[in-house]
Amino acid sequence: MSYFDQYARFKDFDFDSFFCRVSPEDIQRVLAKERLNTVDFLTLLAPAAENLLEAIAQKARRLTLQHFGRAMLLYTPLYLSNHCANLCLYCGFSSSNRFKRQTLTLAEVESEARVVAATGLKTILILTGESRRHAPVDYIAECVRILTSYFSSIGIEIYPLEEEEYRELSEAGVDSLTIYQEVYDERIYGQVHLQGPKQDYRFRLDASERGCRAGLRSVNVGALLGLGDWRRETYFGGLHADYLQNRYPEVEISYSVPRLRPHCGDFAAFYPVTDINLVQILLALRLFMPRLGLTLSTREGAALRDHLIYLGVTKMSADSRTSVGGRIMAGGENQFAIADNRDVEQIREALLTRGYDPVFKDWHPF
Amino acid sequence: MLIIVNGREEQIAQGSALAEYIRSKDLASGEFIYILNEMLIERERLENTILKERDRLEVLKFVGGG
Amino acid sequence: MDDKLFLGGREISSRLFLGTGKFPAKTVIPAAIARSGSQVITMALRRVDFDSPAENILTYIPKECILLPNTSGARNSDEAVRIARIARAAGCGSWVKIEVISDNKYLLPDNAETIKAAALLAKEGFVVLPYMSPDLMDARRLQEAGAAAVMPLGAPIGSNRGLKTKELIRILIDEISIPVIVDAGIGKPSEAAEAMEMGAGAVLVNTAIATARDPVLMAEAFALAVKAGRQAYLAGLGATKDYAEASSPLTGFLQER
Repeated sequence: MSYFDQYARFKDFDFDSFFCRVSPEDIQRVLAKERLNTVDFLTLLAPAAENLLEAIAQKARRLTLQHFGRAMLLYTPLYLSNHCANLCLYCGFSSSNRFKRQTLTLAEVESEARVVAATGLKTILILTGESRRHAPVDYIAECVRILTSYFSSIGIEIYPLEEEEYRELSEAGVDSLTIYQEVYDERIYGQVHLQGPKQDYRFRLDASERGCRAGLRSVNVGALLGLGDWRRETYFGGLHADYLQNRYPEVEISYSVPRLRPHCGDFAAFYPVTDINLVQILLALRLFMPRLGLTLSTREGAALRDHLIYLGVTKMSADSRTSVGGRIMAGGENQFAIADNRDVEQIREALLTRGYDPVFKDWHPF
Repeated sequence: MLIIVNGREEQIAQGSALAEYIRSKDLASGEFIYILNEMLIERERLENTILKERDRLEVLKFVGGG
Repeated sequence: MDDKLFLGGREISSRLFLGTGKFPAKTVIPAAIARSGSQVITMALRRVDFDSPAENILTYIPKECILLPNTSGARNSDEAVRIARIARAAGCGSWVKIEVISDNKYLLPDNAETIKAAALLAKEGFVVLPYMSPDLMDARRLQEAGAAAVMPLGAPIGSNRGLKTKELIRILIDEISIPVIVDAGIGKPSEAAEAMEMGAGAVLVNTAIATARDPVLMAEAFALAVKAGRQAYLAGLGATKDYAEASSPLTGFLQER
């Protein structure tokens, strides 16, 4: 059993005719339900829901307050390496882009960690490109062991691993895994991943489940918005989150909504996602899975992020850098351009002003 | 000879067949279920089943229940 | 509409299961079964009392019904397994309602022993319907063990108190993929309808019908309620509140840009 089986069952579903048939009354009916099934979820992703966003937002806010209160977990990314064997059309680290590649030394990792720790953040997300030669699992485990003395929660957003390797990193101190499928539509997946191990759709798709089996405490999935039709992508992503939550009730499942951002290549989104679309995505996910963590990165601008605080988001990144060693050296290549440049203190203030509690430390393993 | 029927001790004649015992109790054989020493005895075997000392017999029936 | 309940590989014609205990006279049972339309009928296995050997209940159950003997009287899994095997050997078919009760004060089921018995009996080819306290983890274990359905209690046996465990049963309905059959506690047709509206696969009713002033009429009342509830579930319950929002405090910003 794998999520692929569920994906395969629905991938040829006639989404367009379904969406055409959804009426405002259907949306009202879904709004009145206490628990939503997958059809209700799909209904909320239909164009008809756009005119009822305020009503949906009211319910999303109520559910979020009910399940998460006014807590907002703050985290920040730390890039370890930008070496990459993959040629992906949408990514700044793509092997086709020419720039000086680097991987942090352990001493540099520690220097970065000190800078981040000084801001008060306790939750860190470490990232690499996909290069088992330049950033092998052993190296990542070494970095994690250093980071454990600075942070209470360490997440990884790296190339997909085997279950045993996830277990190894878990023992080193990793408690959370982020891995986006990028695009659930297999056809588009093939079109944007032109070279490298990332071409293996199934191995990536099943990585989140391997992470669950390896005993990680939280797992974060999602699609890179802009590659595929967002309504279908969100449906398949939400179904994926639901599948994991049902099979691994002990794991905290979260979902991210990253929109494609400018980077040093020249790729334009196949399916642009507007702010209205982004809101509809967040709200549909919240109503479908009231306990789902929803992550919003600095890919979005400060003004939009401040509005989205109320609409179901539970985790935000702060003071991000998307280049390797971005906090201790200048001139590194960014994976993508960030849109919210506020520092931790400013984001903390923004949250407090709106009645939200910025949470730095959500969890500390015993 | 002593046998145990539905948890109670009973004296019966040596070498009795199960069918004879049932007739002596005025039980209609088709109505009930007979378990001898944890083994179900089918109706056609009632005549040929000879009871032995300290046999445990359960006479059961289906009753109303929810 | 194509809406069938399948259990143990069979299509079940009625979502009302009927128990045969506590009827004022056994002769009422055939009429009650007929008016209820029930296909699955429960009964129990007991030692014969030689001083007053009551009639065999099977005489009153039409041949076309599916017999669902329960394991009442069992205080642990071994006893439940033994009763199930005897019932099958006695020609009752291979369906069994596992009921293990080690608590004589409230008559609440023992989930841990029930799970053990379910696993054993499912392996032996029984169609296993376990009566249980509505606990999600235990329902998952029963599903894993091979149960054909789970039968959570709405309230303690015979209490006629209704769906006291509604919130927990709702969770089972949402999370468990085998049918959820509400057993015990349902005292009124409206409560049976409520369980069906929630998405229960079926309800098992005994006391409320058997102890009504007119059990046969009540059997039909329950049949109608179960049908109505199921149909409401299929129709999708309507909106219970209307949103009339003049202003849009949460999403107004989307129009401003």
